[in-house]
Amino acid sequence: MASIAEPIAKPASRFRFILDRRDVLGAVFVAPAILYVLLLVGVPLLLSIYYSVSAYTIYNPSWHFVGLANFAQIVENPDFLRTLSNTFIFTFGSQFLGLVLGKFGALLLLRPFPGRKIVRALIILPWAVPIALATVAWQWMFDSLYSVINWSMIALGVIDRSDAPNWLGNPHLAMLCVIVVNAWRFFPFAIVIFLAGITAVPQDVIDAATVDGAGFWRRNYQIIVPMILPIVTIGLIFGIVFTFTDLSIVFLMTMGGPVGATSVLGFEGFQVGILSGDVSHGAAISLFMLPVLFVVVIFMLRFIKRREI
Amino acid sequence: MPPREIRAERVCVEFRGDLMASVLTRDIIKNFGEVPAVNGISLTVPDGEFMVLLGPSGCGKTTFLRIICGLEKQTSGDLLIGGDVVNDIPPRARGVAMMFQSYGLYPHYTVRKNIAFPLRTQRVPNGEVEKKVEWASQLLGIGHLLDRRPRQLSGGERQRVALARALVREPTALLLDEPLSNLDAKLRASARLEIKQFQQRVGVTTIYVTHDQVEAMGMGDRIAVIDHGRVCQVGTPTEIYDDPADRFVATFVGTPPMNLVALNGGFLGFRPENFLPKDMIDDGAFTEFSFRVDRSEYLGSERIVYGAIEGFDPNQVVTAKLPPAHVAEESIRPGEWHPFAVRNSALRHFDKDGKRASRH
Repeated sequence: MASIAEPIAKPASRFRFILDRRDVLGAVFVAPAILYVLLLVGVPLLLSIYYSVSAYTIYNPSWHFVGLANFAQIVENPDFLRTLSNTFIFTFGSQFLGLVLGKFGALLLLRPFPGRKIVRALIILPWAVPIALATVAWQWMFDSLYSVINWSMIALGVIDRSDAPNWLGNPHLAMLCVIVVNAWRFFPFAIVIFLAGITAVPQDVIDAATVDGAGFWRRNYQIIVPMILPIVTIGLIFGIVFTFTDLSIVFLMTMGGPVGATSVLGFEGFQVGILSGDVSHGAAISLFMLPVLFVVVIFMLRFIKRREI
Repeated sequence: MPPREIRAERVCVEFRGDLMASVLTRDIIKNFGEVPAVNGISLTVPDGEFMVLLGPSGCGKTTFLRIICGLEKQTSGDLLIGGDVVNDIPPRARGVAMMFQSYGLYPHYTVRKNIAFPLRTQRVPNGEVEKKVEWASQLLGIGHLLDRRPRQLSGGERQRVALARALVREPTALLLDEPLSNLDAKLRASARLEIKQFQQRVGVTTIYVTHDQVEAMGMGDRIAVIDHGRVCQVGTPTEIYDDPADRFVATFVGTPPMNLVALNGGFLGFRPENFLPKDMIDDGAFTEFSFRVDRSEYLGSERIVYGAIEGFDPNQVVTAKLPPAHVAEESIRPGEWHPFAVRNSALRHFDKDGKRASRH
């Protein structure tokens, strides 16, 4: 009689059930990701570290070791210092603006209103639209001649045609513009983070605060925000890391101008290392982000740990 | 509303506090869309009373409590707290405190800050806050926990902290929403006693919501039994148990519930513990039934016997709760008919709509 679960007759090969072992199967599944990171992130990183301590340029591709001389040179360059401070202003300005927009956006989206689902879908758009497309649209809005913003303000009588601002031509306004565009791109992400956090706060806690006499602001800033701070901080770390290393908006909208007013580390590294061919200095500029980000991330993770509830 | 007006409100409450009912509702109705949650509740809770709202899940009792503290707004009806109509007053100015089912402690604050929070929102001066927190924590015996966070506390300790936070600003009324449901059975018994003793000592008007009849019977000065958003009966535990106003109250309170058998177009009711072997009833007028025993459960302190009685619907299960020590085995042998009886004073009649027909 044939049995349904007949034991395997022939002696199985040693590797026949190899994939049934958890540790082996796990390694097989993880391997592509690890290979990807090693080959496409690890190798270039090591390469750029070597470039930064060599005298490599595309005109003279020597592997000659120069120690920290490249770093010493860029730190002495006032343009670089300005770029560094621009990067901080750009990063923290846009993150702050994005968080504020995100918080209020999330509060609005928590309330039921007709068409909420459509608004929720639309609000993700800035994040989903290809950045080049979005930046071109913003560029038109900030254009010195055809600016929609200026046109509207003139039409409304807020300003006179003669003193319409040249958004991308004025160093301060140009920085404001790139910050606004980046915040616009970041705030849907912030809304998602805040929505996730606020939804996770137990209703009982919010109700208790209401009955205990807390009004809207106290409830938000003494109860809800402290409770979701760990989640928000994680979101902020992502935001900071991405913004600090980003060059796309600056590259597409201002090219670092006017006169370097909006130049950021990523853009400067690209400019020097790739466009000008001074690979070693470009690498040094780019690598400068690493310790800065490292310190920021460590600081924030420690902060979360302390706030853990 | 500016704080000045809130203070005026509080003075008013204190002045009239002992003259008026602490909490009074007039025909409160609350609809969620088309669905009625509270269907016209009028209730008076005198100063210092421990009132229990008892009802099954979804009967509207929690919604009613949330209306009292202002977390929900009633669709219609009046709510008076300390003699003032508070229909349009926000929760923070109503002078009531509420303790939630899962306590709603602030996880990022220490116990001290948790208890102080209701005072901070009222802008009580610092020295005063310290004194009050000290007072409330002594009252509940949690003085040694003040610097801990809620997650470092046990269930019972959390409950006390929540109670301290509710009491610290000496509310006109204390609202408790199923406060014992998160405790294990043993702790629940001791917490029940504690809350009751504590309420008597402080004398605060208390409205306590529960679906657990043991809590209701054991703690309430009076009980309001609620079903489908309506009050079925308000009375002392004895009144609720002995003289249920309708079939719902009769079957909701008591384990096992009151036996109800169809009789003359209405219903005849009697408690299982009043349904005894005939030889155990030796005095007074009684009504005799022939009882067919189907099954019996021995529970240590009592014996529950299931069966049917002759002359009534044979599928209508009738239960008897007997004291095991006084019942001979042969008088409840399964499968046989036995003479049982109920004292006439323990019989209750209900009309065809389930309302109480007449006394005795």
